[in-house]
Amino acid sequence: MIINPRKILTFGIGSDKLAAMTGIRKLGVFTLEYLRRMGIMGLFFFKALFYMITPPLKFLRLLKQIRFVGLRSVFVIILTGAFSGMVLGFQGYYTLNRFGSDAFLGPMVGLALIKELGPVISALMVTGRAGSAIAAEIGIMRMSEQIDAMELMGLNPYRYLVVPNLLAAMISLPLLTAIFDVMGIFGGYLIGGKLLGVGSGTYFGEMANYVKIDDVMEGIYKSFSFGVIIAWVCCFKGYYAGVFEGFGSEGVSGATTEAVVLSSVLILVWDYFMTSILF
Amino acid sequence: MIEIEELRRSFDGNEVLKGISLKIRKGEVLCLIGGSGCGKSVLLKHVAGLMKPDSGRVLINGENMATAKAGRLRALRSRLGFLFQGGALFDSLNILENVAFPLKEKTHLSDELVQSRAMKELDSVGLSGSEHKYPSQLSGGMVKRAALARALVMDPEIMLFDEPTTGLDPVTGRAILKLIDSCHKRFSFTGIIVTHEIPNVFSIVDRVAMLHEGKVLGEGTPPEFMSLEDPTIRAFVGGYGWEVKEQRGNTDEEI
Repeated sequence: MIINPRKILTFGIGSDKLAAMTGIRKLGVFTLEYLRRMGIMGLFFFKALFYMITPPLKFLRLLKQIRFVGLRSVFVIILTGAFSGMVLGFQGYYTLNRFGSDAFLGPMVGLALIKELGPVISALMVTGRAGSAIAAEIGIMRMSEQIDAMELMGLNPYRYLVVPNLLAAMISLPLLTAIFDVMGIFGGYLIGGKLLGVGSGTYFGEMANYVKIDDVMEGIYKSFSFGVIIAWVCCFKGYYAGVFEGFGSEGVSGATTEAVVLSSVLILVWDYFMTSILF
Repeated sequence: MIEIEELRRSFDGNEVLKGISLKIRKGEVLCLIGGSGCGKSVLLKHVAGLMKPDSGRVLINGENMATAKAGRLRALRSRLGFLFQGGALFDSLNILENVAFPLKEKTHLSDELVQSRAMKELDSVGLSGSEHKYPSQLSGGMVKRAALARALVMDPEIMLFDEPTTGLDPVTGRAILKLIDSCHKRFSFTGIIVTHEIPNVFSIVDRVAMLHEGKVLGEGTPPEFMSLEDPTIRAFVGGYGWEVKEQRGNTDEEI
C-alpha cells in the first residue's frame, strides 16, 4: 500500500478540500477585517458627533473650513448648476413636446433639480473639490506625525480637524445646493424660455403651481445628509491614512482616492434610501 | 518618574518589544541606543501613550499611560514634550505660530504674552529672525530647533527625543545636543534620548541603555556602560572616545 505523506500531514483531507477550506478561511479573515474597519469608521463618526455637540468649538477653524468647503466651491457649483439646467431645458422640452406638454417644462426642470439633481450633483462636486483636499490634508498630517504632535500637546485632534469639517459641510451643502438649484432653473429658462419659446410666465407660473415646500425640504434634507457623508468619509480616510494599507505618499494618495470613491458611492446609495423614505 | 515594566508589543506577529523594564528617575536623562529597527522609537511612543502595549505598562508618576482615560491622558501628555524625528511642525503655520500654538490652545495668556513667550523660546534656540518662515523653508537643523522650541514652550516635566540628530551633519548634530543639554539645565526635565550619536551624547546624559532584539541588553552610567563586556555592546560602541557628564568641564565649547 502506498501512503501519501501529504494526506498524513493534512489529517487525511484531500488537496481539493484543503484548498476549499483555505479559501473559506481567507474569506472569513477578509470579512472580519472588513467588519472591524466598518466598526472603526462607525466609532469615528460617533466620536466626531460627540465632540461636535460638546464645547469647546474651534470657531475660527470652523469659519476657515466654511470658506474652504462652501465659499470656494461656489464657482464650480454655479457653472455645473447652470449647465445641468440648460441640458434639462433641452431634454425636457423635446421630450415633453412629443406629448404636447411643453408648458410643463418649468415644473419638470424645477422638480428634477430641487429634489434630485441639485443635492446629488452639488455633493459630488464638493466631494471632488473639497472632500479630496480634506482627506489629503489630514492624511499628510497623519503621515508627518502632526496629528501625534497635536495629541502630545494634550489637544484633541477631532476638535481641530474633524468637527470643523463636519459642521462646515453640514452648513455649506444646503446653501450650495440652493445656489445650484437657482442656477439650474435659470439655465433651464434660458434654453426653454429664451431659445425654444416657452413663455416665461408659463415656465415660472407652472413651476410655482407644482413645486411644493415639501419638495424643497426634501432637497435640503438630502444635501444636509450628503454634507455629513462627505465630511465623515473624507476625514476618516485622511485620519487613518497609512494605518490599514499603504504608507507615505502612497498611503495619502490611496486615502484620497478611497475618500472620493466611497463618498460618491455612499451619496448615491443614501440618496436612494432618502428618496424611498421621503416620498 | 518614568517606570517601564515588562513591556511587550508585537506588530503582525513580529514581537518588537520583548519585556522591556526600565526606570528613569526625576531629573535624569537616559540615552537609549540600539540598532535600527530594534524598537527604540516604538518604546518612546509607548512612553508618550501614542501606542498601547500588548502587556506590561508604562507608569508616569505612578499613572498607567495605557489605561488612563482620554481626559486624564491628555492631562498627562500636557506635562510631556516630544521632539519627533522629522520635527512634526504644522506645515500650514509659520515657525512663530507653531511655537505659539500650544500656548494659545492650552493657556489663557493674552496674545501679546503668547507672542513674547514664543519669541523668547525661538530666541533661546537661535531662531529669532526666522519666525515668519514656514517649515518647508527651513533646513533640517532649523526644523529640529523650532520643534525643540515648541516642545519646550510649555515647560514640560518630561522630554522625549526621537533621534534628534538623525539626518543632520555632524556639526549641526553636535549643536542640537548642546542645545538639549542647555535646555536640560534650564528646565531640569526628565528625559529619554533615542539616538545613534555615540559618543557625543554620552557627555550630556546620566545613564545609557541599549536595546537589542527587543530586550534591554545593558544599562548604566556612561562609564559603567562602557565597561560592560557584552560583545554586542562592545561591537556597537567599541572604538569611540567618550566623555562622562560629571567630568566634562567646559564641554559646551567642545561639542
